[in-house]
Amino acid sequence: MWDAVPSPAELSAALDATGYLPDEGIATAAFLALRMSRPLFCEGEPGTGKTALAAALAEALRVPQIRLQCHEGIDAGQALYDWDFPRQLLHLRALEAGTQGPLDADAAEASLYTRRFLLARPLLRALEEAPCVLLVDEIDRADDEFEAFLLEALADFAVSIPELGEVRAETPPLVVLTSNRTREVHDALKRRCLYHWLDHPDLPREVAILRRRLPDVSQRLAEQVAHAVRGLRAMQLLKPPGVAESLDWAAALVALGRDELDADSAAITLGAVLKYREDADRVREAVDTLLAS
Amino acid sequence: MDPLAGLVGFTRSLRHAGLAIDAHRVEAYLTALDQVDLSSPAQTYWAGRLTLCSEPDDLTRYDAAFAAWFRSGDGTGIPGMPAPRTVGRPRQQRRIAWLTAPLTPRDGEEQDDDAADPLRTAASDMETLRRRDLAELTATEREHLRAVLAALRPDPPTRTSLRHRPARGGEVDPRRTLRATIKAHGELARPLRRRRATRPRKVVLLLDVSGSMSPYADALLRFAHAVVRRAPHAVEAFTVGTRLTRVTLPLRHRDPERAMAGATAAVPDWAGGTRLGETIKAFVDRWGQRGAARGAVVVICSDGWERGDAALLGEQLVRLRRLAHKIFWLNPHAGQHGYAPVQSGIAAALPHVDRLLAGHSLASLDELLAEVRRA
Repeated sequence: MWDAVPSPAELSAALDATGYLPDEGIATAAFLALRMSRPLFCEGEPGTGKTALAAALAEALRVPQIRLQCHEGIDAGQALYDWDFPRQLLHLRALEAGTQGPLDADAAEASLYTRRFLLARPLLRALEEAPCVLLVDEIDRADDEFEAFLLEALADFAVSIPELGEVRAETPPLVVLTSNRTREVHDALKRRCLYHWLDHPDLPREVAILRRRLPDVSQRLAEQVAHAVRGLRAMQLLKPPGVAESLDWAAALVALGRDELDADSAAITLGAVLKYREDADRVREAVDTLLAS
Repeated sequence: MDPLAGLVGFTRSLRHAGLAIDAHRVEAYLTALDQVDLSSPAQTYWAGRLTLCSEPDDLTRYDAAFAAWFRSGDGTGIPGMPAPRTVGRPRQQRRIAWLTAPLTPRDGEEQDDDAADPLRTAASDMETLRRRDLAELTATEREHLRAVLAALRPDPPTRTSLRHRPARGGEVDPRRTLRATIKAHGELARPLRRRRATRPRKVVLLLDVSGSMSPYADALLRFAHAVVRRAPHAVEAFTVGTRLTRVTLPLRHRDPERAMAGATAAVPDWAGGTRLGETIKAFVDRWGQRGAARGAVVVICSDGWERGDAALLGEQLVRLRRLAHKIFWLNPHAGQHGYAPVQSGIAAALPHVDRLLAGHSLASLDELLAEVRRA
């Protein structure tokens, strides 16, 4: 299935067609992840396009994307599968009402643990629906026990459900893991993955991204926004803006009908790009030098 | 030359540069090279970077090694690369002996008395050591202190987890109840219950290694090692001084001497100046705000002599305050007579700190552990 992609350059072109502009590193990373059937572990500053990469890959490869959002305390029941307890209980009651005398415990149990009472969560769905792109988002938010569990599921792309048997993916799904580095992910998990660190895009690429994602933005405005955002990233703010913020900013300016980024339009749209009051205060003071540079 | 040997040699040079590369990664590297166009330097570069690196710190080292290796071309090694450090493994036996040995050398007659009850002597020496200022220890006492710190097993603080475990009271557990119901032939039995489990709460240690703290730095780093070892995935340790250095990874090593060697090698600003405000800002920016400090117990070990702007330190502690569960400030000088928190740094920080503790002796470190556990 994945052999249809002959080289990183072709994959790069396919991603480009979806509106995601990859650099050579991203394209090679995704290409190798496909060819080597290894999960791709993406780390980087927030807003550098880690999550968007998975969506773009799914679109470029024409397969569905399945997303598993990690959070503290996530467990197998939320990630892999769960049994539909209320329906099982109802079913049991129905069985009981329909039979005279005591219930055959073995038969009742066998009828309860069938596929119709199984709720497939993202991981199981990815194995069942493969080929697909499985996005495991913000793995650093999950507990470390969860990593071990994920490791097991991703090692051979199969899970065994004690009551039902093994579910194995015919084509390994393309797995993209993202992390914001709030905590060190266990080395055993990283070892099974390809590791890619995403940086903010350089100026021409950021301009191209703005132009591609927001066709209404003029070349001039895109250059001004990209330039200003670069300046903001160099200002040591509490939360430096990512690509997502520059897109928001440009969209906000377009929505207000501005075709130029001047001090006045910057002041009223600053909320789209800066999310801390301290940052906004600092930038307001320096807005002239920021736009002049 | 066989290209394979050259490529494996490249991975070896990376290992010398400090990257954690095992056979598994080398295999992945070779598989990746098989898939890309080897005539393209960029693809060769990416194949290695994707398979051999595992954290941002690795990237600069990889870039340097890549440039050196693929330009020199002879494959014998990278000029100027230091030989791998070999640190002798201290014997476990010796550590245990230190724990029970008397502290001070004694005269012949006294030694006879002590021989009758060596344990009591060790215990009373221990009691003295507990109260002594860490900066004033003799070499023997220092050695003893190391052993005591290495044997420390501090319990981490806990918080409520989202997960459940079976319990007598609490909410109804549908999974277990259903199983019990089946066992009882469909009769809805007594509902079984579950409660939230507890998990270790995150702990962050920020250790000042500047010149004014140097008498305490070794003991504090060993203390950090004991805390990290107890809950390796819940504790983060950093040194602050003129810059921020993460020492969690070396401190996770089981052997205290190796952990200390690794941590010392990682810290570039040992016994330098103090710019607490800037380094704490670096911590909050790069780690704290992203999650390392969220809901954590943060312990700052510093004497509060701030060279930089004290107002900046105050600002950063306000930020930290909003993220952390508790902030403790450990100041070795706070245990001395006549101490008043008047140094610019500590005066700026104090309003945002939950407790100021002494931390100049073993006893005060114990007190800190008790506070952290209660937090």
